[in-house]
Amino acid sequence: MLKIDNLHAKVDDKDILKGLNLAVKPGEVHAIMGPNGSGKSTLGHVLAGRPGYQVTAGSATLLGQELLSMDTEERAHLGLFLAFQYPVEIPGVSNMEFLKASVDAVRESRGQESIDSVNFMKKAREICKEVDLDQNFLKRGVNEGFSGGEKKRNELMQMMLLEPKLCIMDETDSGLDIDALQVVARAVNAMRNAERSFVLVTHYQRLLDYIEPDFVHVLAGGRIVKSGDKSLALELEEKGYAWLEDAA
Amino acid sequence: MSDFMQQPLDAAASLAPAWLADIHARGKAVWQDTPMPTRKTEAWKYTNLRPLQQRFFAPDQGNTPQISGIHYPQLGGTTLVFADGIYREELSTIELPDGARLLRFADADATQADAIRERLGQAIVSKQHLFAALNDATLADGIFLQIDANTVVEQPIHLVWLTSGQVDALSVNQRLLLELGSNSQATVVESFANTATGGTAFTNGISEFLVGDGAVVDHYRLHLEQAEAVHIGGVHATLQTNATFNSFHLALGSTLKRIDIVVEHKGQGAHCEVNGIYLPRGEEQVDYHTCIEHAVPHCTSSETFRGIIGDQASAVFNGRIHIHPDAQKTRAELSNKNLLTSNQAEVNTKPELEIYADDVQCAHGATVAQMDPTTLHYLRTRGIPRAEAEVMLSYGFINELIETIRCEAVQSYLKPLLARRFARNPKLTRHIL
Repeated sequence: MLKIDNLHAKVDDKDILKGLNLAVKPGEVHAIMGPNGSGKSTLGHVLAGRPGYQVTAGSATLLGQELLSMDTEERAHLGLFLAFQYPVEIPGVSNMEFLKASVDAVRESRGQESIDSVNFMKKAREICKEVDLDQNFLKRGVNEGFSGGEKKRNELMQMMLLEPKLCIMDETDSGLDIDALQVVARAVNAMRNAERSFVLVTHYQRLLDYIEPDFVHVLAGGRIVKSGDKSLALELEEKGYAWLEDAA
Repeated sequence: MSDFMQQPLDAAASLAPAWLADIHARGKAVWQDTPMPTRKTEAWKYTNLRPLQQRFFAPDQGNTPQISGIHYPQLGGTTLVFADGIYREELSTIELPDGARLLRFADADATQADAIRERLGQAIVSKQHLFAALNDATLADGIFLQIDANTVVEQPIHLVWLTSGQVDALSVNQRLLLELGSNSQATVVESFANTATGGTAFTNGISEFLVGDGAVVDHYRLHLEQAEAVHIGGVHATLQTNATFNSFHLALGSTLKRIDIVVEHKGQGAHCEVNGIYLPRGEEQVDYHTCIEHAVPHCTSSETFRGIIGDQASAVFNGRIHIHPDAQKTRAELSNKNLLTSNQAEVNTKPELEIYADDVQCAHGATVAQMDPTTLHYLRTRGIPRAEAEVMLSYGFINELIETIRCEAVQSYLKPLLARRFARNPKLTRHIL
């Protein structure tokens, strides 16, 4: 699914990723943990092609295709989805219009016909229920005036509508109460299947009580310094990161 | 004063009814005594008046230009169409309820002429508005719309001024005088349009609104002129006690557009909402100067203008709020946001607050920005191609104002027009419309 080799990247002339390697197979869920400033969010942004994030060495492929030279929208068409830690507010663009444009674009890239408005609306409403978001949010501007939790639910809704192959979730659990956390977990668990993979970037072991990862990695100093199974997350919860940072 | 308007000034007396002679004289005196504005004139600092360097000519009364290629809104209800300054009866419809009267100055009898003369210019300080003085000086025909107390006109009243471009260097004088009696209501739409090809036309359009106690007027002024069109005009309104004036403005760009909007709150409890959108591109220029006068206590005003400026185009927004010493408990808001879509685009925005009362709430803000790369990126991460994302964000920038349009017919005309302004390819606008 995803293969990252020796990835180096910098932001504002500051080296952030310094030789990151990661391989994710179809159907796997990987959790990436690590201290603040270790490069967790940068990884997601680099893979999504955010302006200002400069790759200086290494490669990343998604489904065998070289990702880093593609336009951002092409990466989405291929099946990459990044759930933002801080989703952007876009007043004046209705959420519904945004969601439809997005689904149509992805379907079109796959040679599928666009869904008619009535059926799309129906589907969007169903997903609203699943992520526990009031339907009125469909009419509002994209994320406009949404609370932190509502923005995260809106990210989930997009993920469910777009049905991506690889979902990178950048601290989707941050700032969520326990009910919202369970909504996230439910959505991810419902979408887990043999062809879809997840990379969960998180600070807290808590999320992993609800979404059981296949692998846990520690990102420190721009590299993955330790990998293990879910028990590693519990160990980190107990010991913190200092012992690993020294190793990095 | 420069003589580029000499011919229309000379022609006015022969084109207009005789009773307008003193209005002509009044305007001419100001026009001839005032130097032509230059870049050193504060109110014209950022506007290039070079398009006025040629000589202009008054309309030929016998002219019936082809106007089939000009698009303007079809709103139903009362519509008056003028082409190249001449009234076109066959394109016009008048369906007004009792208590509402439309009169062309040319058709006024002696009593009506007196009524017009008594009111005309009441809302304008022509010494401060040179082109309103020019309008007086070259006035040939105008429209007097009178709505009696307690009369509600449901259908929009639509006044359309077209220029065909078939006559080069045409000078068109347009004048509208509206009097709304107490507790009356009306929707008034002014549309200005031309063809994209053809000669220069200079339209000088002045509209006056005398809004009586408790009256409510929804006003739309749509400058759809493109290409070589020059329009310098203004909207002047006076509001009596508890009157409401909702005024929406749109300017697509052209060689030069300058609109002055002046609203005077003269009676307590009056309210105005003035919103506007300007969209110059190419080498076009649009200049809005607004002035909200709060002369009495307990009035409110809200003003929101948004501009998207592309290519090498330029825009000016000057928003003045003047709160007089007696105007306690005034609430006034002013917001102007600009989106520059090219590095050569230019906007000069200036909120001007003069507050002489101490117990008031007054908020203002102006911003100039380029399309936010983070927002654009966010849309693209969802698979939306860059070109479509840019159209969505441009339209989204003005959409909040389009949504405020109360007159459905105007809104449904403008939505596709404006969306397509950002992309001719219907694929790029399909999610907006």
